[in-house]
Amino acid sequence: MVSQKIARAELRKAPTGIPGLDDITNGGLPQGRPTLVSGGPGSGKTLLGISFLVNGAEQYSEPGVLLTFEESADELAQDVRSLGYDLDSLVSQKKLIVDYILVDRSEIEETGEYDLEGLFVRLDHAISQIGAKRVMLDTIETLFGGLKDTGILRAELRRLFRWMRDRGVTAVITAERGEQLFTRQGLEEYITDAVIALDHRVHEQISTRRIRIVKYRGSTHGTNEYPFLISRDGINVLPVTSLLLEHEAPQERISSGLPALDGMLGGKGYYRASTVLLSGTAGTGKTTLAAHFVHAACSRGERCLYFLFEESPQQFLRNMYSAGIDLTRFVEKGLLTLQADRPNRHGLETHLLEMHHAVEVHDPDVVVIDPITNLMAAGTQSDVRAMLTRVIDYLKTRGVTALFTSLTTPSRHLEATEAMISSLMDSWVLVAFTEENRQRHRSLYVLKSRGMPHSNEVRTFEIGERGVQIHAGAARAPKKARKRR
Amino acid sequence: MSENYALKLYVAGQTPKALRAFSNLRKICEEHLEGRYSIEVIDLIENPQLGRGDQILALPTLVRKLPTPIKKIIGDLSNTERVLVGLDLRPRRAS
Repeated sequence: MVSQKIARAELRKAPTGIPGLDDITNGGLPQGRPTLVSGGPGSGKTLLGISFLVNGAEQYSEPGVLLTFEESADELAQDVRSLGYDLDSLVSQKKLIVDYILVDRSEIEETGEYDLEGLFVRLDHAISQIGAKRVMLDTIETLFGGLKDTGILRAELRRLFRWMRDRGVTAVITAERGEQLFTRQGLEEYITDAVIALDHRVHEQISTRRIRIVKYRGSTHGTNEYPFLISRDGINVLPVTSLLLEHEAPQERISSGLPALDGMLGGKGYYRASTVLLSGTAGTGKTTLAAHFVHAACSRGERCLYFLFEESPQQFLRNMYSAGIDLTRFVEKGLLTLQADRPNRHGLETHLLEMHHAVEVHDPDVVVIDPITNLMAAGTQSDVRAMLTRVIDYLKTRGVTALFTSLTTPSRHLEATEAMISSLMDSWVLVAFTEENRQRHRSLYVLKSRGMPHSNEVRTFEIGERGVQIHAGAARAPKKARKRR
Repeated sequence: MSENYALKLYVAGQTPKALRAFSNLRKICEEHLEGRYSIEVIDLIENPQLGRGDQILALPTLVRKLPTPIKKIIGDLSNTERVLVGLDLRPRRAS
């Protein structure tokens, strides 16, 4: 163990190419060392390993060897093809070798001493053939079902991990999660470099996958459980950019889409890359206000991504058109992307990951989530807050201005509803109904707006054929308007 | 009991275990299969690709190619009784 000191001084990493995983591991898996990936059935450990190999071969010029004890090579290739991985093509390009070892206890008799040299020879041969830098063993514990002499097996696996270190290959070893230990056979004892645990939970019929870096010798790493998603694009770990609040704060201001509202916001509108909360009871015009904001952004030639959690895109476009806000042409131009989804279709993490993915793909300047309240029903309060923090942080880092609408329940105090998320918001505009002369009027006011002198007025407005019209001057004696600041 | 036995012994180099397995195998064959067996020794160090066909993992491994079905016996074959059971030359004891 002389090499320990040197290893600690400079630990090189092999990037996995899995979005987010390289962030939480500060660059990837320990290069030239084995990493244990443990998880229950269906937790995604095989896919994680294969992504590591495929990305290595395709993106980092590091050929790989996949040694599987699990499925036949054909089955495996088929399984991962559905996720867009073409193993056959990598094999024919000599960037990947897939070797399949079947261990069938029923056809094997054991008598006397043996070792696993056959495994070593085959692995060595495969590595030499294509100059492999990465190796995956999936799932090594299958051997414990196939061979009776666990004493030999343990000693040989220990030797195998040492051998792989000497050979300098970066290895992923998958293992079944045990009851108490991270692996059924306690393999984590042998692999001291890095251990990653995957977990697949179903809570209230919503499934969530999580990943945790249990151990990573000689490197800092995120210690939380991070949600991840397996989608058509493979594994995606929700990245935590920085939770240190160190993103840029642009001076630039962008219009709310309504000159009168801009006037209430220090005369210039919102800050770019800030977060805006638009809250109010049902039917107060939150979506229409959001549509004005989007219309203004698209008119400036900016790209917008609008998440709809209540309406279909067609319904949204029609309703806004009837309110005099024509957004269809921006959709046709490709400036506005509408993404509709049912909030209860997935867990919160999946939603946020899909949003994250959409932001990556569309690269918007402005994002609207309408309404955020529906999404909040998909998780517990602390989950929602944590996840929202990440998404907001991510959007801010990208310089995206984000507007969230929030539905307030009438029975509760108007300003109390969003206590949980309001601190994450830079500007907060509240919309409400006020009653006067047996008529209901819509009114709005700016509850807070960080970094600018904002109006304390409550202004009435109406929604007509030309959208929102904010009336001049403060509302007269608004009976039901809540306390002003 | 007049079938021919085609046997393959997989090893990796001339290790003590490999040599022991070979001499144990010769002895068993002489005693029980005289005149109707063939032994092919395959050294995976020389031909590593040959390990793939018979799914070789542990060494030494004895593979009975004929008569079918294929049987595998791993280890240095020091327990004659078990080798005979593995080769179907002795009935498996009910246990």
